[in-house]
Parts: sequence; C-alpha cells; structure tokens
Amino acid sequence: MNILIGLVRGAALSLALVAAATVTAAAEVRVAVAANFADPAKEIGAAFETATEHRVVFSFASTGQLFIQIAAGAPFDVFLAADRERPARAVADGLGDPDHRFTYARGRLALFSREPGLVTGPDVLERDDIGRLAIANPQTAPYGAAAIQVLVGLGQFDRYEDRLVRGTSIAQTYQFVATGNARLGFVAVSQIAGNDDGSRWPVPESLHDPIAQDAVLLSAAADREAALSFLDFLKDPRTAAILATYGYAPGG
Amino acid sequence: MPDLAELWSPVRLTLILATVTTLVLLVVSTPIAWWLARSSARWKEAVAAVVALPLVLPPTVLGFYLLILLGPEGPGGWLAALGGARSLAFTFTGLVIGSVVYSLPFVVQPIRNAFEAIGDRPLEVAATLRAGPWDTFWTVAVPLARRGFLTGAVLGFAHTMGEFGMILMIGGNIPGETRVLSIAIYDYVETLRWAEAHVLAGGMVVFAFAVILAMLVLEKRIGRARP
Amino acid sequence: MSNAADIIDARFAGTVGGFALDIGFTAPMRGITALFGPSGSGKTTVLRAMAGLSRLSGRLTVGGEAWQDDGAGILLPPHRRAVGYVFQEASLFPHLSVRGNLLFGARRSAKQAPAIGFDEAVALLGLESLLERGSESLSGGERQRVAIGRALLSEPRLLLMDEPLSALDEASRADILATFERLHDALPIPAIYVSHDLAEVARLADRMVVLSKGRAVAEGPVAPIMERLDLEPSTGRFEAGVVLTATVIEHDPSYQLTRLDLAGQPVSIPRVEVGAGERVRLRIRARDVALANRPVEGISIRNRLAGRVVEIVSTASTPYAETLIEIGDGTDPVARLRARVTREAVDDLGLEIGARVFALVKTISFDGR
Repeated sequence: MNILIGLVRGAALSLALVAAATVTAAAEVRVAVAANFADPAKEIGAAFETATEHRVVFSFASTGQLFIQIAAGAPFDVFLAADRERPARAVADGLGDPDHRFTYARGRLALFSREPGLVTGPDVLERDDIGRLAIANPQTAPYGAAAIQVLVGLGQFDRYEDRLVRGTSIAQTYQFVATGNARLGFVAVSQIAGNDDGSRWPVPESLHDPIAQDAVLLSAAADREAALSFLDFLKDPRTAAILATYGYAPGG
Repeated sequence: MPDLAELWSPVRLTLILATVTTLVLLVVSTPIAWWLARSSARWKEAVAAVVALPLVLPPTVLGFYLLILLGPEGPGGWLAALGGARSLAFTFTGLVIGSVVYSLPFVVQPIRNAFEAIGDRPLEVAATLRAGPWDTFWTVAVPLARRGFLTGAVLGFAHTMGEFGMILMIGGNIPGETRVLSIAIYDYVETLRWAEAHVLAGGMVVFAFAVILAMLVLEKRIGRARP
Repeated sequence: MSNAADIIDARFAGTVGGFALDIGFTAPMRGITALFGPSGSGKTTVLRAMAGLSRLSGRLTVGGEAWQDDGAGILLPPHRRAVGYVFQEASLFPHLSVRGNLLFGARRSAKQAPAIGFDEAVALLGLESLLERGSESLSGGERQRVAIGRALLSEPRLLLMDEPLSALDEASRADILATFERLHDALPIPAIYVSHDLAEVARLADRMVVLSKGRAVAEGPVAPIMERLDLEPSTGRFEAGVVLTATVIEHDPSYQLTRLDLAGQPVSIPRVEVGAGERVRLRIRARDVALANRPVEGISIRNRLAGRVVEIVSTASTPYAETLIEIGDGTDPVARLRARVTREAVDDLGLEIGARVFALVKTISFDGR
C-alpha cells in the first residue's frame, strides 16, 4: 500500500517538473487589451511570437471592465488600456508596477460621414443640415473627451451641444455613423483606416489633448521577464509600423 | 452626496418610457395574442416563434437590427423623414419602438395563454345570446382574460424598466431623452461614481422586488375572485 | 304543419366524426320536439348547426325565416339567430353576477315584444334570492336554472336544449324537469330538446324525431312513436315503452293511491297531486308488462288490463318477442301497451294477432300532466 502511494507521489512530482520546465522554455504572456485595440494587438502579438519563443494570450473587453476584472484579481500580466486613467489608477491601487507604465499608442480622431464628398474639412460642421452629431461618451471614452475639445476649439460646441448622441464606446459611435443614423460623427481613424468609404477629415492632433493609450505591467504577473519582453516589443519599430497601418500614432 | 436632480432625470425618463411602452404593448399584443389563441392556421406557431425571438436573442442583436431598421435606409428613417428627421434612433419614439419589440413576448404570451384558457364555450354562449364577435371579445373574452392582461402589463413594464443592451445600441445616451436608468447606472459604474450607481442600482433592486411581489399578491387576489 | 310560418324545417348533411349525416325533419312552432337517439347519432351536431355554432350543409327555416339556405347563399351567423341555447353544462359567465348573466342576452335582443319579462322569468325559475350572487357559489341545479333564464330572456324564437339535465344530480334533475313543465305551459316558444333518455323525452316532449347513425328514422307525436316496435335499435331494448294519457278519478288517502281511468279501465298509481278530472301522462315500459291468456287471480299486481294482441315481432336471434296490445272496449279512445315476453311464452299461450289477453302492469310511472 505504501509502495503504491510512493509510486503515485513520484509520478505526480515528475509531471509537475515537466510542466515547470515547459513554462520556463516558452512562457505565456496574458494581456488584457482594450477592445478597440483588438486588431492591431493581434498583429503585434503575432510579430512578437515570431520574434521570441513566448506566446501571447489576449483578453478583450472595454477598458473599464478590464480594470474591474484586474481589481478583482483576474490573472493578467499586462494591461493595454485605451486611456491613461485606468493604468494610473492601477498603479495607485498597487495593482500595477509604477516603473513600467508608458504610452504605447496615441489614437487619432477623424470627422467621418458615410456620404462620399460630404466631409472635406472642419467646414462641414457649419452646415445646417447635419442634424445629430455622434461622439463617444466624453465621460467614459477619451475619444469623446477629445471630440468635445475639438468642437470647443473650432467654436462649434454651442451649435451641437443639444444635438450630440453619445456612443458608450468609440465602437458604438462608429456604428451610429456607419448605419447612417447619425450623418456625421467623430470616430477613431483606426476604425476607418482599412477602407476609403464615405468621406473623412483626420483631425489634427493639435486640436485636442493626446488620446494616449497606456500600458502597464501588472503586479500579479506570473512571469515578469516574458511580460517585460512583450512591453519592450511595444516600443519596437515593428510595432510602430503596425500602429501606423491602423491609424495610430506611436507612443513615447 | 449624489446630485438628486441629476439622478431623478433618468428615473423619470425610464418611468415614462415603461408606461408608454406598456400601453403600446397592450394595444399591439392583444390582437396578436387573440389570433395566436384562436386561429387554426398551420403557420401560426411560426408567427408565435417570431414573437418569442426576443426571449432568446441577445439584446445586442435586436439593437443592431433596430439601428438599421430605424435608420435612413429602414422604415424608421422613412417615418422620421415625415417629421423632417433622418432617423428614429436617438429619439424617445425610437426607444418606444425598440422596447415594444423587445418586451413583446412578455406581454403576448400571458395574454395568449389567458385567451386559450377561456375555451370555445363562453364565446359560443355569447354568440347564442346575440353578441357579435366584437361585442363578445370586449364583454366576455377580455374580462375573462384579465389575469393575463395584468401579468402581461406588469411583465412588460418591468422588463422595459430593466432593459439595457438594446437601448445602449439605439439610444445615443441623450440626457432627458434616451439616457434611461440602466444606461445611467452603467455610466456611473464606468466613471467610478459608485455612490450614484449605488443609489440607482439599489433603487432598481427594490423596485423589481416590489413589482414581483405586487404581481404575486394581485394574481392571488384575482385568482380567488374566479375559479 | 304545411304553412311555412308555423313550422321549423331542417335538413342537414355532412360528415361528422367519420359517419355521413343526412337528417331532415320538421317541427311545429310550439311545444317541445325531442331529438332522440343514442350517443353518436348526430343529435348534438344537428342542434349546433341549428344555432349556427357548427357548419353543416343544408337549410333551416324557422317560422318562415331562412337561417340557412345553401342554395340561396343564406347563412346567418349565430348572433343573428334568435335562439336560446341551453348547454349540457350551465356555462354561466364567471365574471358576471346572476343578474348580469340573465341580462346578457336581454340587453342585446331585438326588444320587440318579449315573451317573458325579467321579473316574470326570475319568479318562474325561482331565482329571486340569487340575483346578486356570483355564479361560482351556485349549486348545479341553480346554475342550470340561471342558464335557462338567460336563454329565455334573450327573446328567442326557438329554444335549443342540449341534454340540459345530463350534468345534474338526481335532485337537481327533478327540479329542472319541473321547471321545464312550468315553462312548457307558460311559454309560447317552441323548443328542440336533445336527449338520449327515453323517460325524459316521454315526460317532456310533444313530438319526437328518432335519430340513428346520422339519419332521422322516425318522427311524429311521442306516443305513437313509442308504440312502434321497429325502432328498437334506436330507442334501446331496456327502456322501450309507451306513453299514455289517463284521467284522474279520485284519490285514496288511506292507501295513498290515485285511481285513474285508462281507456275505460281502472288503474292505480302512487298518489300524485292532480285534481280529479284532470289528465295525466303515464309511461309504461315494455319490460314491466306481463301477459296472461285468462283473468289471473291471487296475484299482487293490481293493474290488470283486458285487451287484444295487434302486433307481434319475434326476433329469432334473441329469446324475446315484442308485442303491442290494444286495450279498451272500443267505446273509449283506445290505448296501446307494449309488452316484452319470451318467444316461448308466445307459443305456449298461443298468442296471435287478435287474441284476447290480460296485461299485468307491474309499474306505472307518472310522467306529468
């Protein structure tokens, strides 16, 4: 009987050793990513996996929901937020590493309509037949706050104050415009970078605070080395190239 | 301390929306439920299935289709154009339409069940007593199905109160017009204003409890009034 | 009967529950006509078609008014037919009080010249104390009385009754039967009364239509139809019998008997409260009659009637023979009795058409006035 137990224990121990060895050889980086950054994240992840022997597993959700999950102890190593606020708060709450928080990308804003030829520049805002203007909720989405700054800067805020429809996220704002329910809206360049549909005006970054998207190393990271190598790769020129194709400016 | 005026606006809007929606639902559901209960058409269960779809579909699916149907290329846009607008999305009317679709099965089903429970006999008796079909419907069928109407109205009202995903997609979050209770709670949670979120969310829990309790008590009372 | 305004003329055809139905009959615009037959004979289907609740092809005129005539493209919906329909179960509206139920049809009727007013109907049916009650709290008999009142107050030209006693207990049944008899005397409204109970038909109906397997096999006044020996399959062997009219001579308080004159011969029945000189209906079942070929003495059976055999029907596949006996001395109106005896007895007694016999009647049912 004792022999049998010994055998089972021995087998379990060797299995555990094998598992540990596998983890050390090629670690897995678990990254919580803001949903609107999903596509570039996947491409960056693929490039990262080619460049190193590590693997990346992404979880996508809204920045706010990811933050709540992290606060509740979700097993993530890296947090790629769509704003600066949530990573800063993660650090303040002891959930993130203050030495490894930085801006990995800057979002670009565009004034967009699905009607070709409608948007040629900021002048379109002066037309009388625009109706409702779609923006992201300025309280919850940086793209929305930036859109408000642009309207104020262009002197158009009063004109549209009562005619704003607010998407809960920038993704929803894009739906409002793409379905034609709103004729015009401030969307992310990343949402329209892949095609030439409709008409657009890329808003100069000088008209609003940077729509900075911060990354942070989480204190709960299982494998700091692998996680740090992923964070380093975000500053790599290969990442910058991918960001550009999606309409993001590099961080830094 | 949360700003009560700011909190009241979505509550008031939600109560108005739920009331209007419930009234529209009763008007729309009654003929559908009657037809489903009385028709012998072979394809009526297919219609019943369509009515029941919102029970199964995620609200985002409904919201997505509604966004298209209410928009400039859908019938909603055509209707909106009559009033000089381009879309019924982002309007109170749009929310009522969406809520009616979303809560339809919750109202149709209990009324249909109640109509079916009446059976043929009381309607035949009424016919032999000179009551025409319309007369019979109002003076016999509706009174006998009143329990189903009550259940349907309460469920429709409560379900509209708690609706979120679909309104999120077609509402546009306009304060006083489409920013309903559940959206306001979502915003408060997202922006970490948990004090406000607590007031509204706690209020919803109390309300839901009160509605369900009231319905159970009323059903029992009406149930006692007839076999 | 030939004048269209005085009759109900019905002819219906169709397929019901797997058998072909083809029934035609006429009924006068007064009194009660029974549609009699075993279950499955199509009687309820015909009644429903008369009310317009079920669809059969054919035609129906009531007092000269066409309610259905497929040839002329006439088909009145049920609510345009002036019928009062009494269902097997009272089927009162549970959301209305007794008063509300009674007035439901009254409020919707033509309001020309009501055959019966609200107060009169309430009194006739004994509903005074029930008016404000909910229908749930009533007994079965009370409910059916309300249903009858409700039908009467809708000012019908024709009452249709579908086995209105079958769902009731014995006491309620007697109560409603008495009610029907009062109505029969008080109201000029004709009724079609569906039943599979011969005793009920004998007691209530003036005429009857016998249905069998979707056909009308006989129709006419109740008494001669009941005398007919060829209707066994429809009327049923067990309950076969005749209905006779007798005159009250006197009551015997010491024995609690009522003495009657039946076609010139005396008979006695348990005492009934009917005045001397009045006429009563009696029902005598074939199986309650024995025959003797000479006067019998020393026997407990008191009712012994002299007569002669007028018909014998023997059925080779059974031990029985059905006989029809005419009683009376030829001066009074004759009465006919049915007697079921064995074929062996027919041979032993030498019974044949014209033979003189004595009918020994064990039970006579009083069937009403």
